[in-house]
Amino acid sequence: MKKIASLLAALTLGIGIQCAAFAQSIAPDALVKSVTDDVITIVRQDKAIQSGDTRKAVDLVETKVLPYFDFAHMTRLAVGKDWRQANAEQKTVLTHEFKNLLVRTYSNALTQYRNQHIDFKPLKAKPEDTDVVVRTEVRQPGAKPVQIDYNLEKQGDNWKVYDVMVAGVSLVTNYRDSFGQEVRNGGIDGLIKSLKDKNKQLETTVSAKK
Amino acid sequence: MKKNKKPELRAVRRSVATLLLGLGLTACAGPGGHPKDPLEPINRVTFRFNETADRYVMRPAAEVYDLAPLPVKVGVGNFFGNLADVWIGVNNLLQGKFAEGLSDGGRFLVNSTVGMLGVFDIATELGLDKHDEDLGQTLGRWGVGDGPYIVLPLLGSSNLRDTAGLIGDLNVDPVIGIDSPGPRNRVTALRFINRRSQLLGADATAEQASLDKYDYVRSFYIQYRQSQIYDGQPPRVKDPDDEAYMDEATPASPTRKENQE
Repeated sequence: MKKIASLLAALTLGIGIQCAAFAQSIAPDALVKSVTDDVITIVRQDKAIQSGDTRKAVDLVETKVLPYFDFAHMTRLAVGKDWRQANAEQKTVLTHEFKNLLVRTYSNALTQYRNQHIDFKPLKAKPEDTDVVVRTEVRQPGAKPVQIDYNLEKQGDNWKVYDVMVAGVSLVTNYRDSFGQEVRNGGIDGLIKSLKDKNKQLETTVSAKK
Repeated sequence: MKKNKKPELRAVRRSVATLLLGLGLTACAGPGGHPKDPLEPINRVTFRFNETADRYVMRPAAEVYDLAPLPVKVGVGNFFGNLADVWIGVNNLLQGKFAEGLSDGGRFLVNSTVGMLGVFDIATELGLDKHDEDLGQTLGRWGVGDGPYIVLPLLGSSNLRDTAGLIGDLNVDPVIGIDSPGPRNRVTALRFINRRSQLLGADATAEQASLDKYDYVRSFYIQYRQSQIYDGQPPRVKDPDDEAYMDEATPASPTRKENQE
C-alpha cells in the first residue's frame, strides 16, 4: 500500500514537473510576436526614441530583445571558417564586440520606426522541430513590404534567435566576406581590432548627436 | 518595336556591351579575392564614384523629395509601380507562374482605371498582391548563373546576368519608351528619386553596420537576388560553416543547458 502511495506521489510529482516545463516553453512564433509587440508599443509611446535618442533605443533593445538572442551562435556564423582559428578568449571578445555592433546599428534603425505595420505569417513547423523560421512582413504605405524572417533554435526549453533575414538577406552571414578579409589581413586579432574601432566610432557619433 | 527610334538607347546598349567585353578581358581574380567578384578593382572605383554621386546629388534630391506629404509620395510610388506591373506579369508568365501573371494583369487593369492611372493601389486592397519580378530573375529561374558581380555606374550593384536582364527590361520600359526626350528624362528622374527616397533609412543603417561598405553591399546584393529569384523563400540550406563549427562549440553548451534545467 505504501509502495503504491509513493509511486502515485512520484507520478504526480513527475506530471507536475512536466506541466511546469510545458508551460515555460513558449512557441517560437508566439515569442517573436510578443517581443515585437512589446518593443513597438514602447517605441510608439517614446518620443525620445522617435526623435533619434539612440542611447534609449539601445537600453530598450538590451532589456527586451537581447535575452532572446544567441550571440555566440551569431558570431560563429558571421566569422565562418576562421572561427576555428580563434582561441577561447578571442571567441569571447569577438562575440562581445559583434553583439555591440549589431545592437548599436539596429537600435538606431529602431529610431526610424514610423507606424509601419507588422504581419506575422503562420508558422510552418512540426512540433518536434528544433530549428524554425518565423516569417514576418513589415508593411508601409507606398512602399514594397519588407520581409523579415527570424531563425530560431531550441535550446532546452527556450527558443533563441540566431539569425535575422531582412528581404532575404542574413544580417549575420552578410558580414562573412568582410570578416574574412579582416582575418586575412591581420588575423583574428586584426578582426577584433576593426570591430572595436568600429564600435568606438559609432559610440562617438552617438554621443556627438546628443 | 521602338528600337529604331532610340539611338541613345542603342548607344547605351553598345557601350554596356563594350564595357562588359573590356571587363571580361581585363578580369583576373587576385589571390584571396571574392570568387564572385573577379572585377573587384574596377568595381571598387565605380562604387566610389557612385557613393560620391549619391552623396552630392541623389541623396540630397531624395531628401528634398522626402519632405513631400506622404499621400503624394505614395501616389508617385503607386504610379510607377502600376506601370511596372505589366512587365512583372510577363515575367511571371515566363517563369510559369500563371496565377501570379494573371493577377498582375488584373492589378494593371484595376489600378489603371479605378485607381486613377495607377495613383491609387486599389488592387492590393482587393487582395491582388504586388509582385516583384524582372528579366534577371526570370533568367535566374531558368537556371542562368549570375556570373561576375558588376557595379554599374549610377545604377549600382548588378552581375552579368542581371545586367543582361536590365537591358531587356529597359527595352520594354514604358518610361524609357517615351518619345520626346524632355518628358522622358524628367519622368525617369522622378522615378529614380522616388526609389532612392524609399532607401533613406536603409542606407544609413548599412553605413553604420558595415566594416567595409563595398563588401557589405556586395554580399547583400548576392543574397538579395538569390532570395528574389525564389520569391523570398530560397531553399534553406544548412550553413556548412555552421555545422563544422557546431561540433567544436557544442561541448560547452549542452552541459550548460543541462545545468539550467
